[in-house]
Amino acid sequence: MTALLEVTGVGKRFGGFVALDGINLSVPAGERIGLIGPNGSGKSTLVNCICGTLTNEVGQVTFDGKHLNGLSAHARTHAGLARSFQLPRPFASMSVADNLRVPLMFTVNARPGTHLSAAELDARCAELLTLVALDHKAHRFPRDLTQVEMRKLELARAMAADPKLLIADEAMAGLSNSEVTDIVALLIRLNERGITIILIEHIMRAVMSFSQRLVVLVSGKKIADGKPEDVIREPEVERAYLGQ
Amino acid sequence: MSTFKFSLVLLAVGALVFAAARYVGNDYVFFAGYTVLQFIVLATAWNILGGYTGYVNFGSAAFFAVGAYTTVFFHNLYPLPIPLLVVIAGIVAGVIGIGMGYLTLRLRGAFFAIATLALAVVLQTLVVNWDFVGGSRGAYVIRPESVPILGNYINYLFLVMLLLTIIALVVARTIERSQLGYGFATIRDDEQAAEASGVPTLKLKLIATAISGAFMGMAGAPFPYYIGYLEPSSAFGLAYAVNSIAMPMIGGTTSWIGPLVGALVLGITQQVATVTISSAVNLLIVGVLLVVFVVVAPNGIVGLIQDRLRARSK
Amino acid sequence: MDISYDLFINAVIAGLLLGGFYAAVTIGVSISFGILDIVNIAHPAFIILGSYIAYILNTTFGLDPILASLIVLPLFYALGSAIYQVYYQSFERRGQEALRGLAFFFGLLFITEVLLILVFGVDYRYVEAAYIGPSLRLGVMDFPLRMLVPCLVSLALFGALHVYLSRTFIGRAIAAVSQDQLALQLMAADPIRIKRIAFAMSIATASIAGALLIVIQPIEPSVGREYIGRVFAICVLGGLGSLPGTLVAAMLLGLFESFTSTFYGPSWAPAVSFGFLLLTLAFRPAGLFGR
Repeated sequence: MTALLEVTGVGKRFGGFVALDGINLSVPAGERIGLIGPNGSGKSTLVNCICGTLTNEVGQVTFDGKHLNGLSAHARTHAGLARSFQLPRPFASMSVADNLRVPLMFTVNARPGTHLSAAELDARCAELLTLVALDHKAHRFPRDLTQVEMRKLELARAMAADPKLLIADEAMAGLSNSEVTDIVALLIRLNERGITIILIEHIMRAVMSFSQRLVVLVSGKKIADGKPEDVIREPEVERAYLGQ
Repeated sequence: MSTFKFSLVLLAVGALVFAAARYVGNDYVFFAGYTVLQFIVLATAWNILGGYTGYVNFGSAAFFAVGAYTTVFFHNLYPLPIPLLVVIAGIVAGVIGIGMGYLTLRLRGAFFAIATLALAVVLQTLVVNWDFVGGSRGAYVIRPESVPILGNYINYLFLVMLLLTIIALVVARTIERSQLGYGFATIRDDEQAAEASGVPTLKLKLIATAISGAFMGMAGAPFPYYIGYLEPSSAFGLAYAVNSIAMPMIGGTTSWIGPLVGALVLGITQQVATVTISSAVNLLIVGVLLVVFVVVAPNGIVGLIQDRLRARSK
Repeated sequence: MDISYDLFINAVIAGLLLGGFYAAVTIGVSISFGILDIVNIAHPAFIILGSYIAYILNTTFGLDPILASLIVLPLFYALGSAIYQVYYQSFERRGQEALRGLAFFFGLLFITEVLLILVFGVDYRYVEAAYIGPSLRLGVMDFPLRMLVPCLVSLALFGALHVYLSRTFIGRAIAAVSQDQLALQLMAADPIRIKRIAFAMSIATASIAGALLIVIQPIEPSVGREYIGRVFAICVLGGLGSLPGTLVAAMLLGLFESFTSTFYGPSWAPAVSFGFLLLTLAFRPAGLFGR
C-alpha cells in the first residue's frame, strides 16, 4: 500500500540559510505521528512546504496519489490536507460558528458531488462545536475566547474541512496540564475517526502519549524516525535535543 | 430582508428622491444631486474591494476616468445611448481591474495600493498623448438640450445615476450576505488562514477588483455629458481618489451602509461648501476628516452609532 | 537610427546626475518602507514641503537652499517623530496598519498638497543660487551645475546614512528592527524608540531632498505626485531597504528617463517611472538583486 503523504527530498532555503535539507517522510493512512525538534529546526517550514504556504525549491510532496508541487494552499486543503496554525489565526470579524462555516463552504462544498444545504451547514457547525466543547460559545467572537478555547477553535476549523490528514502545529503551547490532556484526548478521538494526524509539539508528555511514531528534525535534517520509545533513546537525539 | 424586497425599497426611495427633485424644479438640485449620487457609487465601489477585502485602491480616479474616456471615445466614433455606454465602460474598467490585479494581487496589500497609484498616472499619460480623445487639450461632448418625456437633459443624467446608485447598493449588500462576502471577509481578516480553510484568495480578490473597478467605470461613463468639456486633469482629479476613500472610511467600511452614509454626509457638505467657500478648502476639509476619522473612529460614523446603541442597551 | 555621439553621451550624463538626485529622494522611503515596513506614501509630499521651505528661506533671507534645508532638518526630524507616534498609537499597535494606516498617509499626502496650494497657489516657484545656470564643460561632455551639485549632495547624504546604519549602535539596531525584534530586546533597545528614530530620520531626509528638487526644477504643489511612482519604483527595484540596491536602481531609472525624454519627448516622462514601477511589481517584486 502506498502512503497517504509522501515527502521526498524536500529542501528549502531562505537566502543563504538552509531551512530544510533533503527531507524524506512517508506517512501511511491512519497513523499518529509526532514531529519534534528544537526551535528553528525547520518543523514549521516543513509544514508550510507540505501545506503550500511556502514553495519548496527541490523535492516532491505527494498526497493521496497526487503531486502537490505548484498547487496553491487552498487547492491542497481541497485535496484533504488541513492544518492548524502555531499561533491561532481565527477570522476575527466572524463569530465562532461562522469561522467553521468558512471551510465548510469553501472546501467541503467545493468538492465535486457534495453540496450541503443551509440546514446541513448549520448541523455540521453544531456537530464540530460539540466535538471540541465550544457549543456554548457559537455566537461569540474570537476575542472573547480563552487560550485553550482558541486552540480548540483552530483545530475545529481545520477539522471542518473534512481532511484525510490533519497537521496540528503546536496546538498546546502555553496550555495547562489538564488542558494538554484535554487536547491530546481530542486528537486521539479524531484519529479514531480515521484521520491521519501529524502533531508538532514541544511538550514531551503530550508527544509521547499521542504518537505511534516519532520523527526528529535538527537544523533542517531528519535525524531520527521510528517508535517513540526507541527514538528518544538514540544518542544523537538526546545530544541534539533532549540533552540540553 | 430579501434582496428582492430590498431592491423594491430602494426603488421606492429612488422614486421619491426623483419626485422631490422634480417638485423643487431647480436645475441646480439635479446638478448637485448628480454629484452626490456619483460619489455614492464611487464610495460603494471602493468599499467592495477596500472595505470587504482590505485591499486599498488609490486609483479610483483612474477607473472613473476610464469610464469617462470610454464615453468620449464612442462620442467621437459613433454616439451610443448612455445606458449602453455605462455597460461598456463597466466592462472596460472591470477588465483593467482584473489585468492590474493579476499583476499585483499576489503581492502584499501595500504593493497593490502603490500599483494603483501608478496606474492612475500611466493611464493619464496615455490619455494626454492620445489625440483621438482630445489629448491634453480635452474634449467637448455636447449634451442634447432635452430628452423626450423627462424634458431637461440633466433630469435624464440624474435618473441614470440614481438607477446606477440603486444597482450598486443592491450588489454591495448582496455580496455582503453571500458566500462571496464571507470569502472577502476572510481575506481581510487573515489571508493565510483563509487559504488554509480552502478559500481561493487570488480568485476572490480578482472578482472584488473587477466588480469594484467596473462600478467606478460605470460612474464615470455619463460624466462627459454632465460636464460638457472633459480634460484629463478633471477626469483624473485627485478629488475622486480622495473622496472614494474618505467616504467609506468616514461612514464605516464593514457594511454597505457605511459608504452610503459617508457619501451623503461628505457629498452634501461639499456641495454646500463649494457654494460658500473655495474648492481647495473644501478638499482640505475632506483630507482632515479622513485623517481624524481613521485615527479616532476606526469604524466610522456607523461604528460610532453602533457603539452608542450598544452602550444604551446595556 | 541616427543618434549623434554628443547627444548620446550627454543623455547618459544627464541620466546619471538625475539618478544620483533620485537616490536622495528615495532614501527616506527606503528607510520607512524598506526597513520599517511603514508604507509612507506621503513622503513625496514632505519633499515638496521641504522645497517650499527652502524657497521661503531663499527668497526672504537669501539663504542658499541646501544650507537652508540643513537648518530646518531638526524640524523635519521632529515632524517625523510626531507622525510615527500617531501612527504607532493608532494603527501599528492595533494591527490596523494595512487599511487605516495607508488611508492615514494618503490623507497626510493630500492635506500637505492642498495646504501648499492654498498658501502658494499653483504657480511654479524657483530659487536663486550661484550654481543654477552655469555648466561645467569637458570636451563634448556637459555637466550642468544645477544637476551636478544636487547629485553630489545626494551621494554625500547617501554615504553618510550608509555609514551611520552600518557602523553605529542605533544604526545597526535600525537594521535589526526589520529582521529580529527579539534580538533587539536582548540588545536592550526599545524597538518602538528605534523605529521612531528611524522614521524621524526618513522624514528628515525629505528636507534635503526637497531643497535639491527645487534647485533642479521649478516646483508647484502637485509635482510631488510624480515622485510617488519614482520613489517606490526605485525602492522596490533596489530590493526594499538595501541602500546600495537603491543607488543602482535610482541610476537606472535616471538613465531610463533621460533617454525617454531625449528621444521621445518629455510628455511621456511620468509614464516611464510609473510604468517602470508596474513592471517591477509584476515581474521583479523582490528587487533587482532579490532571489
